[in-house]
Amino acid sequence: MTDVRFSLNGEAAEVDVEPRELLLDTLRDRLSMTGAHAACEQGACGACTVLVGGASVRSCLMFTVQVNGAEVRTIEGVGSPGALHPIQQALSTHHGLQCGYCTPGMVLTALEMFEADPHPSRDEIVEWMSGNLCRCTGYINIVGALEALAGTAEAQS
Amino acid sequence: MKPARFEYVAVESVAEATEALADSEDARVLAGGQSLVPLMNLRLARPSLLVDVNGLGALSGFEARNGTLRFGAMCRHRFLETDPAVRRQAPIVAETAGLIGHVGIRNRGTLGGSIAHADPVAELPALLVALDGNVVASGTTGERTVPAAEFFAGPFMTSLEPAELLTAVEIPAHSEGDGGAFSEFVLRHGDFATAGVAVILHRDEGGACDRLRVAGCGLGPIPMDLSAAGEFLLGESALTDGGADELGRRVAAASDPTGDVHGSGEYRRELAAVLAADAVRRAWGRAGSAGRG
Repeated sequence: MTDVRFSLNGEAAEVDVEPRELLLDTLRDRLSMTGAHAACEQGACGACTVLVGGASVRSCLMFTVQVNGAEVRTIEGVGSPGALHPIQQALSTHHGLQCGYCTPGMVLTALEMFEADPHPSRDEIVEWMSGNLCRCTGYINIVGALEALAGTAEAQS
Repeated sequence: MKPARFEYVAVESVAEATEALADSEDARVLAGGQSLVPLMNLRLARPSLLVDVNGLGALSGFEARNGTLRFGAMCRHRFLETDPAVRRQAPIVAETAGLIGHVGIRNRGTLGGSIAHADPVAELPALLVALDGNVVASGTTGERTVPAAEFFAGPFMTSLEPAELLTAVEIPAHSEGDGGAFSEFVLRHGDFATAGVAVILHRDEGGACDRLRVAGCGLGPIPMDLSAAGEFLLGESALTDGGADELGRRVAAASDPTGDVHGSGEYRRELAAVLAADAVRRAWGRAGSAGRG
């Protein structure tokens, strides 16, 4: 077993894990961060997306031992039910979700996108979001929500 | 728990990595993990030891030396795609890296990992062949340089020894008159290519083509060097539509694709013709866009 310490949504986290434990499973099963969703578990769908050092990664393709000393952000660290993050609010306003299973990954990828470029074009939004699969919306409203937000000043944070 | 149990070591030097690889029967190098970890999750790969090289920061940059660009093996695809210096000094590398997967994959995936994995449909191995580059490998007894043409041995097979670590990739520096393009066909954006063709060429001061190389992915068991198909264009100052299409026909004829669930061999051969014609048109234009030709 290996002792792993990292920052999780700004707070210190410590777990003792086997090297083979995936970050996704640690987040869900040990740290109650169930917003990181398990779906394909082979890197194809993006439902388990989290930010490591500000960069979106598939948490099903990283071992927990690899985030020792890193900053990890999950959907639990973005907005709150009473005060949605602007990305969450935009998805809600523009009906950019139905079942919501892909939404945490979508939001975290969009966070990285707006950090890199507060005003992406529609084509750039499509390119950024292409690694996150949604089976309900047909994507139109997701892209529309982010496009609406890209024209405003509040996309970042 | 998805992967089978394994030992894990996060190394801090190339020497430590090669020693760990030499000491174990069935060790694998963990770089970006975007190909290896899915295989481990599916238990198609069950290494006894993972040698994590993500701590080797010295392998994540690139430098120009005597007309050669040397990229560290840990350059992530996203770095290659977005770094202003890479985009200026190796624009074809930046373009090709941007074709791989999605941002979340490119944030982790590495140049060295892609080359060492040697997936016959991957883009970077084909680009390395087209660029006539080299692979630098370190072992317990030192470093050796392997030309790309001798590196790829078969699907997912290379001439790397079990105890060797791929540490760098060398390509010729971009210079005046160079033009390159990578054209591929994918069923869905970000997927592995069904087929892809890279064309790298050079036009002299009069605009005549004096060097032309072609390589493909998804067109054979290894990244195929198809440069012989383009010899008829050497010395030409203009690329006609007929010339581009002729290159396509010759590339298709020289390809050796097999069929799979994504497309038959015959279909891939037809793709090769279209992709080669597209790539040579774009590369030709770029080579001439410096106010010449």
